[in-house]
Amino acid sequence: MHTIVAISTALAPGGIGIVRLSGAESVNIVKKFFKSIDNQDLSEMKGYSAKLGKVFDGNEVVDQVIILFFRAPRSYTGENIVEISCHGGVYIAKKILSLALKNGAKLAEPGEFTKRAFLNGKIDLSKAESVANLISAHGEKANKLAISGLEGNINKKIKEIINFLTEIAANLSVWADYPEEDIPQFKENLLKKNLAEAKNKLLKISEKEKAIKALNEGLKISIVGRPNVGKSSLLNILTGYQRAIVSDIAGTTRDIVDGNTMIGEIPIKLFDTAGIRETSDSVEQIGVNMAKQNLHDTDIIFVLFDGSKKLTKEDIEVIKLVDKNKAIAIINKIDLGISIETEKIRKSFKKVVNISTIEELGIEKLKETVYDFVDMNSLNASEPFVTGQRQFEVVKRAISSIEETETAFNSGVTLDAVTVLVQNSIEILGEITGENVSEEIIDKIFSKFCVGK
Amino acid sequence: MDFTAENYDVVVIGAGHAGIEAALASARIGCKTAVVTMNLDAIGNCPCNPSIGGTAKGNLVREIDALGGEIGKTADECFLQSRMLNIGKGPAVHSLRVQIDRSEYSRIMKHKLEMQKNLDIKQAEIIEIKKNESVWSLKTRLNTIYLAKCVVISTGTYLDGKIHVGEVSYSSGPDGMFPSDMLAKSLKKLGVIMRSFKTGTPARVLKSSINFSVLEEQFGDKKIVPFSYSNQNSDVSLQNKASCYIAYTNEATKRVILENIHRSPMYSGRIDGIGPRYCPSIEDKMVRFSDKERHQLFVEPCGLDTEEMYLQGMSSSLPEEVQIQFYRTIKGLENVKIMRPAYAIEYSCIDPTQLSVTLEFKDFDGLFGAGQFNGSSGYEEAAAQGFVAGVNAAKKAKGEEPFILDRASSYIGTLIDDLVSKGTNEPYRMMTSRSEYRLILRQDNADERLMPMGRALGLINDAEWDKFLSRLERKEREIKRAQSTVISPSKALNKTIVPRGTSAIETGTKLAELLKRPQLNYKVLAPFDPDRTENDEDILEKVETEIKYKGYIEKQKRQIEEMRRLECQIIPEKINYRKIIGLRLEAIEKLEKIRPRSLGQASRISGVNPADISVLMVWIAKIRRLGE
Repeated sequence: MHTIVAISTALAPGGIGIVRLSGAESVNIVKKFFKSIDNQDLSEMKGYSAKLGKVFDGNEVVDQVIILFFRAPRSYTGENIVEISCHGGVYIAKKILSLALKNGAKLAEPGEFTKRAFLNGKIDLSKAESVANLISAHGEKANKLAISGLEGNINKKIKEIINFLTEIAANLSVWADYPEEDIPQFKENLLKKNLAEAKNKLLKISEKEKAIKALNEGLKISIVGRPNVGKSSLLNILTGYQRAIVSDIAGTTRDIVDGNTMIGEIPIKLFDTAGIRETSDSVEQIGVNMAKQNLHDTDIIFVLFDGSKKLTKEDIEVIKLVDKNKAIAIINKIDLGISIETEKIRKSFKKVVNISTIEELGIEKLKETVYDFVDMNSLNASEPFVTGQRQFEVVKRAISSIEETETAFNSGVTLDAVTVLVQNSIEILGEITGENVSEEIIDKIFSKFCVGK
Repeated sequence: MDFTAENYDVVVIGAGHAGIEAALASARIGCKTAVVTMNLDAIGNCPCNPSIGGTAKGNLVREIDALGGEIGKTADECFLQSRMLNIGKGPAVHSLRVQIDRSEYSRIMKHKLEMQKNLDIKQAEIIEIKKNESVWSLKTRLNTIYLAKCVVISTGTYLDGKIHVGEVSYSSGPDGMFPSDMLAKSLKKLGVIMRSFKTGTPARVLKSSINFSVLEEQFGDKKIVPFSYSNQNSDVSLQNKASCYIAYTNEATKRVILENIHRSPMYSGRIDGIGPRYCPSIEDKMVRFSDKERHQLFVEPCGLDTEEMYLQGMSSSLPEEVQIQFYRTIKGLENVKIMRPAYAIEYSCIDPTQLSVTLEFKDFDGLFGAGQFNGSSGYEEAAAQGFVAGVNAAKKAKGEEPFILDRASSYIGTLIDDLVSKGTNEPYRMMTSRSEYRLILRQDNADERLMPMGRALGLINDAEWDKFLSRLERKEREIKRAQSTVISPSKALNKTIVPRGTSAIETGTKLAELLKRPQLNYKVLAPFDPDRTENDEDILEKVETEIKYKGYIEKQKRQIEEMRRLECQIIPEKINYRKIIGLRLEAIEKLEKIRPRSLGQASRISGVNPADISVLMVWIAKIRRLGE
């Protein structure tokens, strides 16, 4: 069976996150992105043992984690299980999940760990039916989605893409199965063109992942900045009520204050953090540290500046701290005139919005920027889109399979192997549409080519 | 008065390509076997093309040979010409095709049956089949009764056969033989669900009436590879003895056909049977691909001592007068004389989803089907099923475990799984695109995949087995050598390889690494590889394939492992799908119809989705544990 992976802790900020893998390959997969402190080979770990180390994404450290290893058959599922305990919050756990997926694990189905536990004789017979119910309930849900037409649309779209690939496969197959027939030469251009076309369309679908995820799971936005730039005021405006205490005393907010709101259809969870500064107040310092930690877990960071003043040392510190890829710079207090070095900010951030929390200026523009940030506009009502993470996984696997095909073709591998790769790509997409690949190809051959004795 | 003549373990009805393999396999396994045919002179008849093999079909022949079947050996024995197709397109699609002497083929096969220990040959028409308690009773037209523990039905196009030529149609088997009508009725009475398929064949024409000087001659390969492993590296030397020729239809051909299309029984609605898309008649080609200017045809020899020539690609059911007219529009055939007119034949066969993967009827214990009777088409497909049905009938008669080939083992396994799990709406032909594992199911390694199984069945003799082991050993040795031999960089080497589009080497490089490059091969590297001792081209080719495609082959092996995990989860025969909580109604209906043997087979049934398989998997585990 495939090695499966899932985040087994709740998808909410918390003390600790656990990513769990089960299956024969679990150790080998984890080895690809985990290095233990003592450099011991994970395969040599004993069952029921732990190891401290770091998770890497390429050369970049993602987190320091603890690995727990349960060797088959003495584990929950009866297979090799690796549990990765990482620092709290959703971001890191998701990152580790994606590393596991990238390295060959498959996303677990609902109830799949339990199902495997059952199949391997690890849990009680009485659970069998509840497992079956769990699985079929999942099927029901999929059915409902299908009936609602949401999936029907995407099926149509995926079928279009499959069509580009079956056209290649049919051409390659007819070329292999009817070598002596009077049929047109196999066109390498068709292969290149259709592969590129299929890939582009899939990329377009996968680009929407951000927006779909925002719609499904909402966005977490942290508001950071040095003390007294108006973070709490912004929170209050966006949530529409006095959620945070606002005063002009720097350091008023010490804990993380959160509030819920909607931007368009996107559910938003806002975090107002303590103003980041060096402080001698130990309680405030804890707040500052929490603010820094919180930045890892959020999807978007609002970096707030006081536009009426020059940049301070603390502002610079904040700029250094945040991940620019998910940051939006907000210049507040523009009602007081702009004295801040706007150019410097523009150099550091891709997106900059001017607002005034007092006059409530620029708030709409800010919301639009958030919208753009997750490419909400890519969700054109007339364009169908995939909705589940599983489907996104399928799309991504199909993209990499097509890329593998392109590489093989370009490096001069014979076309029999290329055909198999094309067919693999179709099979992957078939996981969404449920199509029978070889029948599709054969149908295409006989509708397009006049072959046969 | 009925007369009970004999008691057999296995009786095979029909002695075509399926029946021959079934009868030989059963007798060789040690069962008392009889093969019954309506006409002894039609044993191993080739009523269509005079050739064996071709794309994907060549792989089937190799596989049958590796298991201990006869088709490959006999094809070698009446060899006229051969071509390895698809050279240059990659090893997965290489395929051998042999032109054969068809009457010699038939004669040799008949003699092999006659010489076979444990095997009786009977000329008789079976008119009734029924079961008396645990024994099958077969009644001939002469009221003779044969009793058998197991029966293999391989009736080809004889069963309820009906020939159509233009406005004329009549009951008949192929090639002027009698049809078998009463057996079809008896099977229906038994409760077998029958249906009707059709196929067709082109005209046989007189050689001396063809002007070959204007046709393109097609020679056989210079390097001839035998079909049978037993003939590789042996004293048997095969030589091309005849050529094929290529001709083309033209505007005039098209005009004649389209003007007379209403006279075709296919178009006037007189044939209900479904014909194969991959074997279209010439009128089909003209109608469906009307923008195509010309269609190619092959003029093939039927044998050395006959002047009959076969017109491949020109099958038709138009009236004879129209046939003469359109054949004569073809350049080179202006004065052609038809000896046997083209015809379409309709016949009864079964929906193969009534069978299990052993080719035994799920509802009729001890009754097996093979070949066209099962809804397939082609000599090779028939032989493959005949072999498997024969082995399983014998195993059953002896009370032994069944013999099952899965999709990953062979094209044979793929063929059978497709037939019994998915069914077919037209005569089923094997094609490379039907196998998801085709980088592994190559014609060059059929022995490695299957000969150990053939040996275990007792169908591979010591000489063949030793030869196989030695090939295997030499291959392994050469792979090891390629992996350890270092080729030093040199001007001469780089001068050879760079123009082929691959980069120069600057440090010593393993031979295997160089062979991995798509642009290089053993031949090119020969001058730089002085330690090579292996000179057998077949072995070098195999090694090269395994090195070059290692990554892809391993990927397929992983997929196979995954597939086999489901394959070995056997579904209990007495399962009640309706009682399983969580199965969808559509899945229940499909599963009840197909009655899959394993979860793997269940997963390939259309209408059964992964969630259903999961539910089933849990249920099977539950039953297993309750039983413990």
